[in-house]
Amino acid sequence: MSIAFKSDESFREPFRYSNSDEAILRFPFPFAEDSYMYSVNIEPHVRGGPTGAFQAAFDVDEHYVAECRERAMVLRQDPSRCMVLPHMVPAQWDTLELIMESLAEDYPDQFTLERQGETWTWTNRPLGLRDRFTFGDLRSLPREPFEYVTRQAQGDFTIQDQREGNLFMDGGMVTTQADWSLEFDLGMSFHEWHGPVPVAHELGVFDRALQYLMRIQYGKPVRRLNWTMTVNPRLDTSPENYPVWGPDRTTVTPGNVGDALHLRVELQTLFRLPRSNAILFGIRAYLASIAELARVPKWGRRLHRVLRDLHPELAAYKGLVRYRDAAVGYLAAFDDGAPTGAGIAPDTARLRAAA
Amino acid sequence: MIRSEPLAIRVGAIESLSPTLRRVWLESADSGLLPASQPGAHISLTLRGEHGRHHNSYSIVSACDDRAAYQVIVRRTAQSRGGSRFIHEALKVGDVLQASTPNSQFPLQPRARKHVLIGGGVGITPLLSFVRELRGRDAHVEFHQFAQDAEIPVFERLLEPFGGHGLHVHPGREAFDLGALLDVQPLGTHLYCCGPPTLMETAQATAVALGWPSTTLHSESFAPAGGEPFVVRLGRSGGEVAVGEHESMLEALENAGLPVASLCRGGACGECLTVVLDGIPDHRDHVLSDAEKAEGRLVMPCVSRAKTPCLTLDL
Repeated sequence: MSIAFKSDESFREPFRYSNSDEAILRFPFPFAEDSYMYSVNIEPHVRGGPTGAFQAAFDVDEHYVAECRERAMVLRQDPSRCMVLPHMVPAQWDTLELIMESLAEDYPDQFTLERQGETWTWTNRPLGLRDRFTFGDLRSLPREPFEYVTRQAQGDFTIQDQREGNLFMDGGMVTTQADWSLEFDLGMSFHEWHGPVPVAHELGVFDRALQYLMRIQYGKPVRRLNWTMTVNPRLDTSPENYPVWGPDRTTVTPGNVGDALHLRVELQTLFRLPRSNAILFGIRAYLASIAELARVPKWGRRLHRVLRDLHPELAAYKGLVRYRDAAVGYLAAFDDGAPTGAGIAPDTARLRAAA
Repeated sequence: MIRSEPLAIRVGAIESLSPTLRRVWLESADSGLLPASQPGAHISLTLRGEHGRHHNSYSIVSACDDRAAYQVIVRRTAQSRGGSRFIHEALKVGDVLQASTPNSQFPLQPRARKHVLIGGGVGITPLLSFVRELRGRDAHVEFHQFAQDAEIPVFERLLEPFGGHGLHVHPGREAFDLGALLDVQPLGTHLYCCGPPTLMETAQATAVALGWPSTTLHSESFAPAGGEPFVVRLGRSGGEVAVGEHESMLEALENAGLPVASLCRGGACGECLTVVLDGIPDHRDHVLSDAEKAEGRLVMPCVSRAKTPCLTLDL
C-alpha cells in the first residue's frame, strides 16, 4: 500500500496541517448517534471497520512522518514524556515485538522485520531506519525497546501492569495527549488515573471497564473511540505545556471556527502482552477541522446535533465551553434537519466541495 | 497480533515420561513461527474423543520465546471424557490439530521479592514455565513438588535443566510441614500453587492463617469459558437453540441465524441485553446489578448461561 506522506506538516506555530480527501473519508468519526453520553463502548479490534482507520492493528496514515518528527521534538524538550518503571522490561520487549510484527504485516512496503533466531533486523523506510539488534538484550538497541519502537508509531502508548486485581500505569510514551500527564499518573491504579473524569464514575463505567480489561486475551485486542476538541492542529496539548496552548482557546471567533477548531478523536486500542501479562494501551489521536468534517454531509449534521445537546459537565470537562456556541453556530448551516444513518461510516464516497 | 482464527498445529514429537504422562511437541502446521507464549499460559486443543469434540486446556512448559514448538505434558486420567485418552492412545506425530492462542490466567508477579512454587503431580506443568522464566530473570525462587514415589524420578528429570538449588521433589505431602515452610518466608514473597484441589486449599488456608496478604496468593484454576450445555427456547418464534459446553449463548444464537446486537462480548458493555421469559440465568456479567441478577428477568448472553436445563428468551 503506498501512502503519500505529508512530511512537511507542523503541529505547532506556524501550523501546517490538513487532511486530504482520502484522509477525511477514513477519519474515525466517533459519533454513532446524534447524541453523546459515556458508555463502555468497547468492541473487538479486528481489521475491517466502518472507515479506513480501522484496517490495521496500528494505523499508519499520511501524517506518519510528521508525527514521528513532532514526537522527537517533544522528547528533546522534555524527556520525561517517556517513562517506564524497572519491572516492566518484559513488557517493553512485548511492545516492541507487537508493533514491529504488526507494522511489517500490515504495511510490507514500508516496514520489514527479518528474524534469524534472536537476531532481528528492522527496516523502517518512511523514517529511513535500519537497525540490527538482539531480542532480549537491552544493550543491543540505541534506546530502551519501548521508547525505540514507540518513537516510530503514531499515537501515545501506556503499559499497564496487572496485579492485585487492578491495573497500574507503569510506563508510557505520551507526547500527543489531551491534557493529562504521564509524570503525574505514572504508577497509579485504574480508578486513580480516571479520578478527574466526571459523571462516568457514578454510572459505574469504570468498575465494569476494569473487570473487562483484566480479562482481555492475548491475540484478541479491543478498541474504543474517545474524543475532545482542540484549537489548532496541535498534538501536544499537555498540562506541562499549558502556557503554550491554553491561550489558543480565547482565539476562536465565528469567523475562524471552521478552520481553527479541530475534532480530536482517539482510537484507543488495548492489547494483552504475552511475556509480561501487561496490557498495551494505544491512544492514537486523529485531528480534523470541523470545516473538513462538514464536507461529509452526515457528519456535519451529526456533529452539530451532538455539540448542541452535549451534557454541560461533559462540555466543561472537555474544555469546550468558550467556543461551543461558535462551533454550534458554524455547524448549524450544515444541518438541514434530515435524518442521519446509523453508525459512524461517512455514507458517501465523495466529499462536498471545500467552503 | 490480531488473531481471529484458531492456530493449526502439527504434532512434532511425542515422548512417554511415565505410564500416564506424555510430553507432546506442537509446531505450527505451516512451519512458521507460533505466537510467543506467557509463563503459566495454557492452550486449548480441539481433540476428537469417543463422544465428539473436546476442548482441553494444557499448560505450556516450553520457553515463552521458543516459537518453533509448544511443549505440553498430558496426564491420562481414569475419568477422561476422551481428551487425554485420545492424546495417549491415538495421537501420532504428524497429526494436525486446532489450538487456541496461548492464554494466561496464572501470571507471574514481576514485583515479588521471592517466588515460592508448590506443585502436586501434573500440576507441575505451569510451574515449570515459571521456574524457567524466573531462572532467566535471576529471581529468588523456591520450588516444592509433591509426587507419588514412582514418579519422583520423572519430576526430578523435568526440573534438572534448572539446577538443583531451591528445587525439591517430595514423596507425598503427609510428612511435609507446609506451615513451617510458609512461616519463614520473607516479606514480599508470593506463593503460587497448582495441583489437586485439596493441596491448593490447604496451602491457601495455611498461608492465610499465617497472615499472608491475599494479594500474594495465586493458584491455577482453569476458569471454563463454557459450562454445562443447555437449551435456549425462543419465546417469540418458538424455536430452540442448543448451547454446547464450549460455546457462549451468544455464539449459539448467532450460529443459529439469530443475530443479537453485541459489542464487547465480555459482559461489560450491556449491548446484548436480552429479556428472560422463563428459566433461571447463571449471571456472569459485570453490567446487571445484584438486584437485577436476583430478579432474573434480564441476561447478557455473551457470558452468562443457565442454571436450569432450559432458558426461554424474548427472541
